Amino acid sequence: MSRELLEQFHDPALCRDLLDRLRAELSGELRFMEVCGTHTVAIFQSGLRSLLPKEIVHLSGPGCPVCVTHESEVNAFLDLAGKPGVIVATFGDLMRVPGRKGHNLKSAQADGGRVSVVYSPFDALKLAQDNPGDTVVFLGVGFETTAPTVAATVLMAQAQGLKNFKVLSFHKLVPPALEVLLADEATRIDAFILPGHVSAVIGLAPYLPIAERHGKAAAITGFEPVDILQALIFLAKCKKEGRAEVANLYRRVVSDAGNAKAREIMAQVFTPSDALWRGIGLIPGSGLEFAEAFEAFDAKKLFGITIEDCPPLPGCKCGEVLKGRIRPDECPLFKKSCTPAKPVGPCMVSTEGSCAAYFKYQVE
Amino acid sequence: MSDKILLDYGSGGRASHRLVADLFLKHLGNPELNRLNDAARLDLKGPLAMSTDTFTVDPIFFPGGDIGGLAVHGTVNDVSMLGAVPRYLTCGFILEEGLELATLERVVASMGEAAREAGVLVVAGDTKVVPKGAVDKIFINTTGIGEIFVDPAPSGERARPGDAILVTGSVGDHGLAILSTRQGLAFETPVVSDAASLNHSIVRLLKAVPEVHVLRDPTRGGLATTINEIALSSNVCCELEETAIPVRPEVRGGCSFLGLDPLYLANEGKFLCFLPGALADQALDVLRADPLCAGAVRIGTVTDAHPGKVVLKTPLGGTRLLNMLEGEQLPRIC
Repeated sequence: MSRELLEQFHDPALCRDLLDRLRAELSGELRFMEVCGTHTVAIFQSGLRSLLPKEIVHLSGPGCPVCVTHESEVNAFLDLAGKPGVIVATFGDLMRVPGRKGHNLKSAQADGGRVSVVYSPFDALKLAQDNPGDTVVFLGVGFETTAPTVAATVLMAQAQGLKNFKVLSFHKLVPPALEVLLADEATRIDAFILPGHVSAVIGLAPYLPIAERHGKAAAITGFEPVDILQALIFLAKCKKEGRAEVANLYRRVVSDAGNAKAREIMAQVFTPSDALWRGIGLIPGSGLEFAEAFEAFDAKKLFGITIEDCPPLPGCKCGEVLKGRIRPDECPLFKKSCTPAKPVGPCMVSTEGSCAAYFKYQVE
Repeated sequence: MSDKILLDYGSGGRASHRLVADLFLKHLGNPELNRLNDAARLDLKGPLAMSTDTFTVDPIFFPGGDIGGLAVHGTVNDVSMLGAVPRYLTCGFILEEGLELATLERVVASMGEAAREAGVLVVAGDTKVVPKGAVDKIFINTTGIGEIFVDPAPSGERARPGDAILVTGSVGDHGLAILSTRQGLAFETPVVSDAASLNHSIVRLLKAVPEVHVLRDPTRGGLATTINEIALSSNVCCELEETAIPVRPEVRGGCSFLGLDPLYLANEGKFLCFLPGALADQALDVLRADPLCAGAVRIGTVTDAHPGKVVLKTPLGGTRLLNMLEGEQLPRIC
C-alpha cells in the first residue's frame, strides 16, 4: 500500500467523523475484545483509547504469542540455551520472557548460553548452514501468522539435507482459544475485533461459530485507526440491532478464503495437538506439533522435552485479564510487584501484552 | 611493523612505542601529546565540565561514520551539553589481538579528523592489547574536559513549566543505521548515521540565547528515554506533539519493518533544548542557520499536568504516555 493511501487510514478529520458515527451507533455499554496484541498496541499508540466514548469497554485477549507461551515452554528454551553444541535462534521478543526463578533468555545468554536473535526463521537456517558443528534450534512461537513461514523453512532445510536445523514448535492456534473464552459463562464480552495477520492465513470461516453458535459479533480488521473505528462502528451497530455477524473489514489484506497455500504448507509439516497456554491452561487442539514425516526436525523429540502444567503464580490475575473478566489495572499486582522490568504474569511480559500496554501508554 | 595487532603492541616495550609513534601521534599528535609525559599539563579555567564514555559499537564502520569519529563526537557532545567549550580529550584503546593495523589506522585517522573539526586536543592516551576473542576488534574510551561559559549552566533539573522543547533535527538515524548494517539489511533509501560534534552549534546557540535551561543529546534510549530523564529530574510533565517530531521517511519505514520505535533509537548528532517558551523562535532561528541543526523544530512544551511523565499528543488528538525504554528494543514476532 502506498504511503499516501496508508496516511488516509489515520487521517484525523476522517477519524473524528468516524468517532461521531460510533457515538451515534452506541446503544449502551459495548464490551469488545481485541484478540490480537498488535491491535491492543495500535489502539494505545494512536491515542485512540483516550478518544473512545466511555461506553466502550476495551478488553485485551489472548492474541499475543509471547504472552501465551507457557512457563514450562519457557523453561524448555532456557534448558536448551545452556546445552553444549546448541545455538538457540529466536525472535527478539522472547528474550525477556521469564521462566523459573525469573530467568530468561537474556540471563541464559549472560550465563554462557548461545542465543541468537533472528528476524526470520530463514536467518536461523543460515545460522545452521554457517555452524555445521552445532545444532541450531529455532524457537517456534507464534500463531497461524508465523507457523507457515516456519513450515516453509523446514521444507527448505529438508530440501537442502540440513541435519543440524531443528524447531521447537510451541505454535498456537487462535480459534480454539476463542472457543474457550466463549464457552466461559463468566466472560462478559459483547464482540470481538479479530486478528488481521492470523486472518490473512485462516480466512473468515473458522470464526463463523462466534456468531452462529455463540451469538456474538466479530470483525476482522487492520491496525490503523480508521480500520479499528470502522470495526467498532460495525460491532456497535450489530449490538444495537441485535445482530450476530462476522465481517471481514480488512479485504485489502485478508481474503475471505484466507491463504490456502500457507495453510497447505502448515498442514504438510505440522499437525494440531493439545497445548498449554500461559494464564489459561490446556486447550485441546490449539497447538501444532511435527507431522510424522518431519519428526527429524523436532527439537522436542531430539532433546526429550516434555511440557507439564504448573500452578499459576500467586496473586497473578493474567488468566482473568486474558479472558476479559478484568482490566489490567484491576489486578492487585499491576504496577506494584508486576512491571515490565520484573513481570510476574504473561500480560506484562511482552510489549504487546495488555498489562504492558496499560503500563506503557495509559496516562492515568 | 606487522600488518596485524600483536600482543607485543601492548607490552610497553619497543613495539608499543612504535605503535604510538607511527600511528597515534601521526593522527592525533599535538605539542602536549607529543611530549609523551606520564600526564598532560592542561591550561584551563573553571568551572569545568567533564565526561567519559566507552564506545563498543558493532559494526565499527557504518554508513555515516565509524567508532573512532563516534568516540570523539560522543564525548565532545556530552561535555558541550553542560554549556561548556570542550578543550581536551583522553583516549584509551582496548584492541583485540589480530586486528588489522590498517583498520586501526582508519579508526585513529577518523578520530584525528573529528578532533580537529571539534577543535579539541587529544592530550593523553593508553593502549591495551588483549588475546583474540577477549574483546570484539576495538573498544575506545574517551574522557573530555571543557570550560563552562554560561551561568547558570544548562542542567537536567532546570526544566520549568512553560519551557519550549526543541530538537535539532530528525531522530533515529544513527540507531537504525547501526541496526540495519548489523543485520545486513539494505533499505531502498540508505539510512545514514547523523554522528557529528555539536560543540560549535551549542556555543552559537548559548551566545545568542544564554537563558537555555536544559541541553541533552538523546543518545542510547533515544529521544523518548532522554525526555523522560529530564521530566523526572525536573519533576515536570513534558507534553510532545507526535506530528512535530521529525523522523525521516526511510527511518520510519525501516522501523516499521523491524518492529522498532524511532523515538527510542540512538542519535549521535542531535540535541534537545529546553528554554523559556518566549525565546523558542529566537533559538530556532539561530539553530536553523547552522547546517548541523537545520531541521530544528519545536516538539513540545513543559507543563505541570503529570509531574515526572512524558505525554504524547497523537495526530488524532488523543494522548498517551511516552514511557522510558525497558532494556533494549528487540524485534517482534508479528
